[in-house]
Amino acid sequence: MLLDPGLIANSISSGLLLGCLYAIAAMGLAVSFGMLDIANIAQPALMILCAFVIAVICTATGLDPLLMAVLLSPVFAALGALLYRGYYLAFERKGDQAIRGLAFFFGLMFIVEVGLLMIWGADQRWVNVGYSGGTLDLGPIGLPYRMLWPALVSLTAIGLLLVWMRRTFTGRAMAAVAQDPGALRFLGIDPIRIKTVAFAISVGLAAIAGGCLIVIQPVEPQSGHVFIGRVFAIVIMAGMGSLPGTLLAALVFGVIENLTATIYGPSWSPAVAFGLLLLFLAVRPQGLFGRAH
Amino acid sequence: MTARTPLLRGWQLALVLLALALALTFGLRMIGNDYAWYTGYVILQFVVLAIAWNILGGYVGYVNFGTAAFFAAGSYTTIFLHKTWGLDLVLCVLLAGLVAGLLGLAMGWLTLRLRGVYFSIASLSLAVVLQTLVVNWHYVGGSSGYYVLRPKLWGPFGNFSEFLFLLMLALAILAIAVSAGIERSRLGMGFSAIRDDERAAEAAGVPTLRLKLIATTLSGALMGMAGAPLPYYSSYINPEAAFGLIYTINAMAMPLIGGMHSWLGPVIGALLLGSLQQFATVTISSSANMLIIGGMLVAFVVLAPRGILGMLRRNKGGKQ
Repeated sequence: MLLDPGLIANSISSGLLLGCLYAIAAMGLAVSFGMLDIANIAQPALMILCAFVIAVICTATGLDPLLMAVLLSPVFAALGALLYRGYYLAFERKGDQAIRGLAFFFGLMFIVEVGLLMIWGADQRWVNVGYSGGTLDLGPIGLPYRMLWPALVSLTAIGLLLVWMRRTFTGRAMAAVAQDPGALRFLGIDPIRIKTVAFAISVGLAAIAGGCLIVIQPVEPQSGHVFIGRVFAIVIMAGMGSLPGTLLAALVFGVIENLTATIYGPSWSPAVAFGLLLLFLAVRPQGLFGRAH
Repeated sequence: MTARTPLLRGWQLALVLLALALALTFGLRMIGNDYAWYTGYVILQFVVLAIAWNILGGYVGYVNFGTAAFFAAGSYTTIFLHKTWGLDLVLCVLLAGLVAGLLGLAMGWLTLRLRGVYFSIASLSLAVVLQTLVVNWHYVGGSSGYYVLRPKLWGPFGNFSEFLFLLMLALAILAIAVSAGIERSRLGMGFSAIRDDERAAEAAGVPTLRLKLIATTLSGALMGMAGAPLPYYSSYINPEAAFGLIYTINAMAMPLIGGMHSWLGPVIGALLLGSLQQFATVTISSSANMLIIGGMLVAFVVLAPRGILGMLRRNKGGKQ
């Protein structure tokens, strides 16, 4: 097969931008699944939910979808806090989270999808933004603005999260709750409160991811399915709960997926995501950067 | 968890099932239209799927999100065999069971050494990988789907719809037999040991990996067999329909709602949810019926964690 090096360079650069979207989509799961051990399979559905809400609001008002995502993320974070409280009371407190917790999030995902379907129909939704047609040309490589801006928002949000995790007491407690919730009690910290904050952050990140997504591509109620594989693959590849690892894994992932789409055609790209996930689960479940479980 | 003595002995159960099956068949024959056969077929298909899911989910405690993958593997086995050799449907069902069983074995072998949640995620990935493969496999129709011409008559049976119904009825009885057999055997005891505490079971000498592989294989094979007649039932099939998430959520919701510790739970769940969905699809809309399933699943896992059977049993226990 003859491949144009310019084409490959473009495919890699837009793969990196796509990777930034995957990073923000996976970062919420890295917090909830990687740190809190809650396999929130509804995370991508919440992201799609936010993308729909943004599409509806921004089409009506003309506001910028990325700005809207930032405004909506506290709302989603509050939703996340409520969700965790419910999950804790119904399952975690009874030590009953294994099967029923999974079924709960699966049911939640299903309800969100069907709800979107019933309210807004099965059609695709999108937002027109002023910069959607433009490209930033760097020699042979062209970076489309509709991917560049979401990538910048994603990287900023991740950067803020990382700084917050390192610098603040609550942030460090969040990292600690992943390793030993019992030890937190000795310090007089309520692990449930820390977990509520962490879960709220993870759902708030889903809102930002939804804003990035709607700028990049149109969404439909079931767009979340393919993201389930992607985000779980990325979090597991990164080794569960390592946030910088998640960013790196997401970038690698975006590049691999984009190259596959360029070389073999886009209908093969979902297989990459899930194929890699299966491969990692079978061969190296502790991830690229992770500790052994 | 102590082993409960089964409600009925093996031969009694067989008699009851046979009598019910005969009564059902004659009852539907009295109604005598295709729609009755269809409804019966769909509900029985969910009985098979729910029991199959429960073998792994209820007995062993591993959540399978990939029911649709095994189901569709069965459907596409039929299409492949039909197109290549023109095989009879009954043979297709058996071979579909073999293919889906091997798929279950392979997936179990890849992931069952990990914690349960990894298995669940891997099963979901399997569904997407398989769907992508089928979409790109033009021999079986690719993304545009495949048409199967339904024969008008089928041997001694009145019409083809009746034959499909009886086929699914036979599969449902097979599934119940397998499931009830497991509950009465050492295999079932091993399964519940894994569900209650896998490490303790392992330490006590239960061959956990082997038992889990048996469970995924049996469960996958039954799901594949349930999916095998689908191309004939709907006479047109595409990947989106065969891999529908509705199969996954139903197969999981039915045992969770009915009760997971005996074969009766998934049967109750499937009869209840299956008929409810048929009713809702006709009277309201098909997305409303999906919302009902999702809502009931969440409501039951939160409010009645042991399902309908668990609620009945607790009431009985209270009176004694």
